[in-house]
Amino acid sequence: MIQLFAFYLFAAIMLVAASLTILSRNPVHSVLWLIVAFFNAAGLMVLLGAEFIAMLLVIVYVGAVAVLFLFVVMMLDIDFAELRAGFIRNFPLGILLAAVLAGELLLGLGAVGKGGIALGTPDGSAAVPADISNIQAIGQLLYTKYLFLFEAAGIILLVAMVGAIVLTHRKRPGVRGQNVPRQNARRPEEATVNMQPEVGKGVQL
Amino acid sequence: MTEFFGQWMPYEWAWLTATIAGILLIALPLMLSVAMIIYADRKIWAAMALRRGPNVVGPWGLLQSFADGLKVMLQETIIPAAANKGLFLIAPIITFTVALMAWAVIPFNSGAILADINVGLLYVLAISSLGVYGTVIAGWASNSKYPFFSAMRASAQMISYEVSIGFILICVVLWADSFNMNAIVLAQREHNILGIFNGFGFNPLLFPMAVMFLISGMAETQRAPFDLTEAESELVAGYQTEYSSMAFALYWLGEYANVLLMCALNATLFWGGWLPPIEWAPLYLIPGWLWLFIKIFVFFFIFSWVKATVPRYRYDQLMRLGWKVFLPVSLGFVVLVSGYLMLTRYGA
Repeated sequence: MIQLFAFYLFAAIMLVAASLTILSRNPVHSVLWLIVAFFNAAGLMVLLGAEFIAMLLVIVYVGAVAVLFLFVVMMLDIDFAELRAGFIRNFPLGILLAAVLAGELLLGLGAVGKGGIALGTPDGSAAVPADISNIQAIGQLLYTKYLFLFEAAGIILLVAMVGAIVLTHRKRPGVRGQNVPRQNARRPEEATVNMQPEVGKGVQL
Repeated sequence: MTEFFGQWMPYEWAWLTATIAGILLIALPLMLSVAMIIYADRKIWAAMALRRGPNVVGPWGLLQSFADGLKVMLQETIIPAAANKGLFLIAPIITFTVALMAWAVIPFNSGAILADINVGLLYVLAISSLGVYGTVIAGWASNSKYPFFSAMRASAQMISYEVSIGFILICVVLWADSFNMNAIVLAQREHNILGIFNGFGFNPLLFPMAVMFLISGMAETQRAPFDLTEAESELVAGYQTEYSSMAFALYWLGEYANVLLMCALNATLFWGGWLPPIEWAPLYLIPGWLWLFIKIFVFFFIFSWVKATVPRYRYDQLMRLGWKVFLPVSLGFVVLVSGYLMLTRYGA
C-alpha cells in the first residue's frame, strides 16, 4: 500500500513539475521545476528496484548538469516582453516538434504492446539475478559483454573534452598569471625589510 | 524496531511507525548536538584567540546557543521588496533539510542504521550534491549583488570538490568491496599489516586519501579556510546577506549539521566508524555509538582548529587545489589502489 501511495505521489509530482518546466515564464523557475522532475523520477527508479540508476540520476543530473543549467540561466538578462513576442512566430515549429515526439512515443508504446520489442526474455535469462545488487549486475555486464562500447564511449567523451578545451583556449598577451611554486618558495626575508627611521625623515626603499 | 512495533499493528504500519521513530531519534538529538557544537566551536575558537568565549548564559555559557535560538525566533523575518518571495523562503529550508537527510545512512552501531541500503555511499554523494541548491537559490532569489556573487562561487566550488571526493570514495569502495555503509565499517576491522587497528586510515595506501577527504570536506561544507561564499571582507555575508531571523538561523543550523555530517563521514569511511580504534576486547565494552561520537568530536575539533588558525584561501588558489592538485592525485590513487588489490586480493 505504501508502495502504491509512493508511486502515485512521485508520478503525480513529476508530471506537474514537468508541465511547469515548460509553462513557467521565468527560465530559472523552469530549471528548478526540471530539478523537481528529475528528483521524482529518481524516486520512481527506486520503486522499480533500480537504486543505482536512481542515485546516478540524482548525482549526475541534479547535482552537476542542472547546477550548470542554473548557473547559465541565472545570468541571463530576461526580457519578458521579448519572450512573448517570439511565441506566435515559433508556434508552428513547436507544434511540429510536439507531434513528432508524440508519434514516436505512440509508436514505441505500440511496439512494446504488440511484442515487437523484447524487454527481457520470458524465461528470465536476461533479467537481473535476484541475489546480487544491481551495481554488481551492471558491472558484470558492462565490463565483459559491452566492454568495447564502454571504452569507446569513454574515448568519445575524452575527445569531446579535449576538443572543447582546444576550441575555447586562446593565448592573450599581457596576462600576468600566478607562478605558484615561486610564490610558495618566497620567504619573509626576501620580501620585507626591517627599518628604524629617524623621526620626521621617512624611509627610502 | 519494526519488530517492536509489529507487536501491536500489521507489518506495513509497524514499518512506517518504526521509520518515523528512527527519523525522530536521529533528528532531535542531532539538533541538540548542533546547538552544543556551535557552543564548542565558539569556545575552541576563543581559546585559540586567547579569549574567554561565551560564558554568561548558564553555567560556563552552556546555554548560549539556546539563548541565540530564542533571540532569532522572536525577531521579525524581513523579506526584501525585490526578492523572489517563494524561492527566498524555500532556500533555507532546502539547506536545512538536505543537511538532515544524509544522516539516514550513517551507522551508529552494528545494525543501528536508519536505511541499510545497498547504495549507501552513493546516497551520501547524491544528497551532498543537493546541498548547493540552498546556496544558489538564496543568492539568486535575494536579487542583490553580493548574494549573487556568493551563489556563483558556491556552485563552482562545490562541483569542483565533489569530483575529487568521488574518486577518494571509489578507493574506499574498492577496498571495502561494497557501497553499503555498515559493510564499509565492518571491512575496516583488523585492517592493517599488524591486524590490530580498525580503520582504513591506518593503511599507508589510504592514509593520503583520508587527509584529502578531510580537506575536501572543509571545501564542500564551505568551512574556513574555504569559506569564500561568505567571505565578509569581500561579500558582506555572502548568500546570507539578505536573510534575517529564523531563515538565517536555518542556514546556521544547516551549516553546522553539514559539518557534523562531514566529521561523521570521515570517522565512518576512514577511521572505523563505531568500531574502537584498536582491536582489543575491553575496548568493545564502550558502546559503538560512543566511539562514533568521540571520533566525530575529534574531527570537529580539527575543523575548529583549522578555522581558528589558517587564513582564507584566494579563489584561484581554491580552484587550483581542487582541479590541479586533488583531482590528479586522487585519480592516481584510484589506479594505485585498484592495481594493488588486483595483485593481492584477486591474484591476477
